[in-house]
Amino acid sequence: MRITFPYMGTSRIAFKHLIENLGHEALVPPAPSKRTLTYGTQYAPEFACIPFKILLGSYIEALNQGAEMIITSGGIGPCRAGIYGMLHEKILKNLGYNFEMIVFEPPLTNIPDFVRKINKVIKPVNVSWIRFLKQFKTSWLKLKTLDEVESLTLKIRPRELSKGETTKVFAQCLDIIDQANSREDIIEAREKAKKLLQAIPQDTERKCLKIGIVGEIYVVLEPFINLDIEKNLGEMGVETHRSIYLTDWSKENAVSGDGEEDIKRVAKPYLSEPVGGHGVSSIGETVIYGKKGFDGVIQLAPFTCIPEIVAKSILPQVSKDYNISVMTIFLDEQTGKAGIQTRLEAFVDLLNQRRMLTREDKTCGVI
Amino acid sequence: MSIKVGIPSTLYYYSHFLFWRVFFEGLSMEVVTSPVTTKEIVDQGVKEAVTDACVPIKVFHGHVMNLRDKVDYLFIPRMVSLNGEATFCPKFLGLPDMIRFSLPDLPPLIEPRIDLKNNKIKLWQICKTIAASLSAGKIKAYGAYRKALNAQKKFEEKLIAKVKPLEYLQDYTISTFSAATGDTPPVRLAVLGYPYELYDPFISVNILKKLEQLEVETLTIEMIHPKLIAKEASHLPKNLFWHYSNQVIRAAYYYLHQGIDGLIHITAFGCGPDAMVDKIMELEAKQHNQVPFMTLTIDEHSGEAGVMTRLEAFVDMIRLRKGQNA
Repeated sequence: MRITFPYMGTSRIAFKHLIENLGHEALVPPAPSKRTLTYGTQYAPEFACIPFKILLGSYIEALNQGAEMIITSGGIGPCRAGIYGMLHEKILKNLGYNFEMIVFEPPLTNIPDFVRKINKVIKPVNVSWIRFLKQFKTSWLKLKTLDEVESLTLKIRPRELSKGETTKVFAQCLDIIDQANSREDIIEAREKAKKLLQAIPQDTERKCLKIGIVGEIYVVLEPFINLDIEKNLGEMGVETHRSIYLTDWSKENAVSGDGEEDIKRVAKPYLSEPVGGHGVSSIGETVIYGKKGFDGVIQLAPFTCIPEIVAKSILPQVSKDYNISVMTIFLDEQTGKAGIQTRLEAFVDLLNQRRMLTREDKTCGVI
Repeated sequence: MSIKVGIPSTLYYYSHFLFWRVFFEGLSMEVVTSPVTTKEIVDQGVKEAVTDACVPIKVFHGHVMNLRDKVDYLFIPRMVSLNGEATFCPKFLGLPDMIRFSLPDLPPLIEPRIDLKNNKIKLWQICKTIAASLSAGKIKAYGAYRKALNAQKKFEEKLIAKVKPLEYLQDYTISTFSAATGDTPPVRLAVLGYPYELYDPFISVNILKKLEQLEVETLTIEMIHPKLIAKEASHLPKNLFWHYSNQVIRAAYYYLHQGIDGLIHITAFGCGPDAMVDKIMELEAKQHNQVPFMTLTIDEHSGEAGVMTRLEAFVDMIRLRKGQNA
């Protein structure tokens, strides 16, 4: 069967790996483009968030290329994303497309449903559960590898000697990882990619500003939506740290150090109720970045994203309490590159000036 | 002098105010409400609230500002869930926090976490805790709680009998529709939206009244018995996550099955849940015999004339359609 799935950052490589190794044909949707957005905005509700529109657009592109099944994830709310699978299906069927949609809910909320859906995918190709789990584990390793390599680029890019080098090498790394098939291959590819990146000539003396990126996962992970914010900041000489990666590994190791500081716990004085999506995390991670002495935090959110709006209204207080500058960027299909670039430059200038002052009498700013 | 508790007259006000008023009065407190939304309240809210919030949340900020200096306590419950099936919109979930961190110099907040999971005892427990925090006795609290339940029940019965919430709560009159005298059958429209938008004459640009002037019979969610609404849940493969949104979409199914001449969805600019609700409604109206469907998006800039023109056009179109079918 020709199976397609949501396109989100580099994770596509791991999903493709899983589907192909189960014996299906993986139809990787084209990288999101203006055309994707045009399809998406044409048929999506006006106030749906940009991830909804991009997904709808890329489903249409994939269906036009002959996809027969769409696999996506659900959710238990109260973030809207949990409804997206259902609504995408309704909209696409109304447009006359013929396909099967499988929406995976968090397995523990309904185990029989989960089993039934997995069976739907693996039965037609006669794959046993054991083989499925084995393939799943390999794909997970690939996903982890992708995250690991990408987080390395965030450290190297601001220190590269020739601008754009890291991005070029990273593209090579993705190809290498994409071609790795077995566990051993993937581990080998990981080491090779790391070596390639580390070989980039760097100015290790450079004192880079450090900015944490928090916010809604899809806009953080997909460079087409966030207008390559990590690359842009990196090339301005800013080291960014991304709070969310797809894998839990990074969640525990990258953000909260050794898993000592629990994001929800530090967010609690500000927001005690889970508001869905990444609302609470945005607050908790800002607290952690503040404690770790980062220069600033950028909150990325889709326009009309409810959890992030709640977080935004609370962040000024976090900013004051932890003396860390916070800038919120809401993104949608109208967002222009030049506007964002100007705001980023201004923010970076502000942080540079703050660095020149002594830590004590720094006043914080929220833009 | 009795202690004054302030309750902003927006959001949950339209559904649950009476319960809380009777309860606090039963504890010998004075309940102070903000006036029905005015231009000043909207302006104040827009000034204080985060720009990306929807108009009802901005207006809520305005109501809080209006009450701030007049009361000893502000009552801002964290509405989580009434039936365990759906939660409220995330903005309701974070409301006390949003208010606390965006508005300066607030009186102490009474902010119970309302998560009932369809369990009556829970509500009593919440009331008991509130009473204790205000150092009122348990017996007094129980009396107040019983009275409040009764008052709320009566209120909900009135709503089903087509009384508008504001008429009952504040003697705010919206003229009621009387069947047209001519020989044209009246146009019946389902006007669906969250109670704090639809019934707030300022936020909704007085849509209900305008429709009544056009001699249209308006049907709203509150006129359906809650049990009948709950029955409509089966039409969607997955429930929506939000309490009020489920009410709206189920009422839409209810009225579409009952047979109506048109469907109007009132939604706030940028409302997250409504982006989903609106599209589902649109697709369903299309499938139910192409029932005419209109979305009216409102925000703090909505103008009377623009809304009136759209309503007139919609109603005219329906009258034409009815004439042709007859």
